[in-house]
Amino acid sequence: MTTDLFQYTVWIPILVFLSFLIVGLSGDKLSNKLAGSISTATISIGMILSYYTAYEYFLVHGNINGVYETLLPFNMEWLSFSDTLSINMGIYLDPISVMMLVVVTTISTMVHIYSFGYMEGEEGFNRFYSFLSLFSFSMLGLVVATNIFQMYVFWELVGVSSFLLIGYYYYKDSAVSASKKAFIVTRFADFFFLVGILILGYYTGTFDFIELTDSAGSAIGSFAGVSFLGIGALTWALTLIFIGGAGKSAMFPLHIWLPDAMEGPTPVSALIHAATMVVAGVYLVARLFVMFVLGSPEALEVVMWVGALSALFAALIAITQTDIKRVLAFSTMSQIGYMMLALGVSGYGGEDGLGYTASMFHLFTHAMFKALLFLGAGSIIHAVHSNEMGDMGNLRKHLPITHATFLIAALAISGIPVFSGFFSKDEILAAAYASNKIVFFIGWAVAGLTAFYMFRLYYSIFWNGEKAYEHTPHEAGPSMTFPLMFLAFMAAVAGFIPFSEFVSPDGLPYHAHFHWNIAIPSVLIAVAGIWVATMMYKNPSSKPDGVMAKIPLFYKWSHRKFYMDEVWVFFVHKIIFKLVAWPIAWFDKKVVDGSFDGMAWVTNKVSDKIKGFQSGQLQQYAVTMVMGLLGFALTLLYWMSK
Amino acid sequence: MIEGIGVNDFLVVSTIMFFVGVYGFVVRKNLITMLMSVELILNAANINFVVFNKYLFPDMMQGYMFSLFVIGIAAAEAAVAIAIILNVYRNLKNINVEHLDTMKH
Repeated sequence: MTTDLFQYTVWIPILVFLSFLIVGLSGDKLSNKLAGSISTATISIGMILSYYTAYEYFLVHGNINGVYETLLPFNMEWLSFSDTLSINMGIYLDPISVMMLVVVTTISTMVHIYSFGYMEGEEGFNRFYSFLSLFSFSMLGLVVATNIFQMYVFWELVGVSSFLLIGYYYYKDSAVSASKKAFIVTRFADFFFLVGILILGYYTGTFDFIELTDSAGSAIGSFAGVSFLGIGALTWALTLIFIGGAGKSAMFPLHIWLPDAMEGPTPVSALIHAATMVVAGVYLVARLFVMFVLGSPEALEVVMWVGALSALFAALIAITQTDIKRVLAFSTMSQIGYMMLALGVSGYGGEDGLGYTASMFHLFTHAMFKALLFLGAGSIIHAVHSNEMGDMGNLRKHLPITHATFLIAALAISGIPVFSGFFSKDEILAAAYASNKIVFFIGWAVAGLTAFYMFRLYYSIFWNGEKAYEHTPHEAGPSMTFPLMFLAFMAAVAGFIPFSEFVSPDGLPYHAHFHWNIAIPSVLIAVAGIWVATMMYKNPSSKPDGVMAKIPLFYKWSHRKFYMDEVWVFFVHKIIFKLVAWPIAWFDKKVVDGSFDGMAWVTNKVSDKIKGFQSGQLQQYAVTMVMGLLGFALTLLYWMSK
Repeated sequence: MIEGIGVNDFLVVSTIMFFVGVYGFVVRKNLITMLMSVELILNAANINFVVFNKYLFPDMMQGYMFSLFVIGIAAAEAAVAIAIILNVYRNLKNINVEHLDTMKH
């Protein structure tokens, strides 16, 4: 059996979990070196196993009669509620989960290695590594989930590890509030996710992906005719699930936590808030894609518009931010918008499934170059001790390796040919063009904006005149430069992987050809964006200020992130707190607490009055008892004689 | 059946014994005397058991058996009670029941 060949995959998450237990439970008893080595070794083994799995799955065993089958090498009952309802934990292998295994373990291993240098000498080094292991375990459990409930469990676990890692510098107020914000916003979205799961489970009677996404199965049909407020139940369920995904993936308007999440250490931003956790929402939609596309095109349209809007919105904010990590955070949001958009425009079967393929392809390439950008930013911050663009300049002389790798990543994300981003973005735009012209133009414009803000960032950091540094910045050790070079290699060549041969909505490989009519305009606008950025930021000049002065209103709105934080504060404080939370708090304080306080008060008073009975005088008790007994006996006699 | 003595006479005696016991238990302050009063109460009950058995159900044994039980338990109880009283005396140098009120509210 093919399935049996893959049984070892269960060790990938388990090993990482063991590392979390060992490093986490031993506290500071292990030396930093040993703790970091245990974590790094386990995730590296995971990476090797994942590569082996990918090789075996894609090239040797997975393709059965021309179709990439779904395999369940491991599946055990975890919670059994009734004869018909039980929840399993297991390993689910299909093209996208195998691809995600590769992405997660690769980025995680690189981040583990990088952190040796970056976190050196930090207090809580071991804690950092144990949380990294916890996160990697949760993310691996999420991608191999066999059913939507297992996914939900690990979904929350990645949320917790994200919370722990954002709040790693727990003595900083800003980090604490950022971690709370991230947790609360994503939890808020997860509530909708849970409701969606329950609706889905109620109508289909199953949580298993294999049954839910069976295009010939009964799962989608079981919703027929059920509707609420004129919208079909399946659309409701999928839209609610998508809200959960949008929360995790920082889609508009639930994106507000992502920029603040940059308070965490930079390797964490690279791993969690750029490459892996934030794409969980995309992965979730892709996982249920068959339901979306065959059961509810309306919900898929929601995905498309949210993705397109987020891509544009985030790109517009990114062009005015000055904190380099925030620029990258908004860039991440924009690129995830691209992935959502691609899923939204995708069809089912053959070349129609190009959007789906492109989305997964972009997820893969984006993970590589965005992790690289963040690790590069970490290396810059490590050298300069500042996040602000204004404090940087001319760093190409001081940080040659960071400069070269950062440039590769910037070219890749801008969609310049031969680098990986070009191929995936081209497929996304081609899919959008075939499906919806407005969305295509949004995506095309965002490509230009992306090139502009990436090169604004690049020139501001690496060119734009020498700054007065406290001490001369210098390149960090090999543990930080090796991951940069590895990821730069991936970012440069990952585009040549023929993704459509491996990943498609129905498991059937197809051949995606190149779209000259899309590639030329998208490269042109990217080059235009780079050219504008070169003009404005290559050398110190007053041009940026001049442009800023011409469009003050736009600049201010963009710089203040279109006041979305304020909108949410208004919504939460004025509407939720005032209209919902305040009356509930009043009821709780006055009615619920009041009645119990009243009972306690009465008990207290009564006991105060009667405690004198407990006099300690034995004979008093005896008299009372005898008298009582007599009284009782006499009453009984009187009552019986009547 | 004992000639010339009716069941009432026995009951009068046992009632008097019982109330003497109760009175003693409530009034005497010395723990030892209180224990003796308890013995009186128990024995009043014993008399009742035996008398009722003898006069009302002469061919049965339950009453006798019960009174034997009571005697046995009273012996055990006396041993325990005296042990407690001795310990109270060792700790507090006092067996006046009015002064043993450390456990009050």
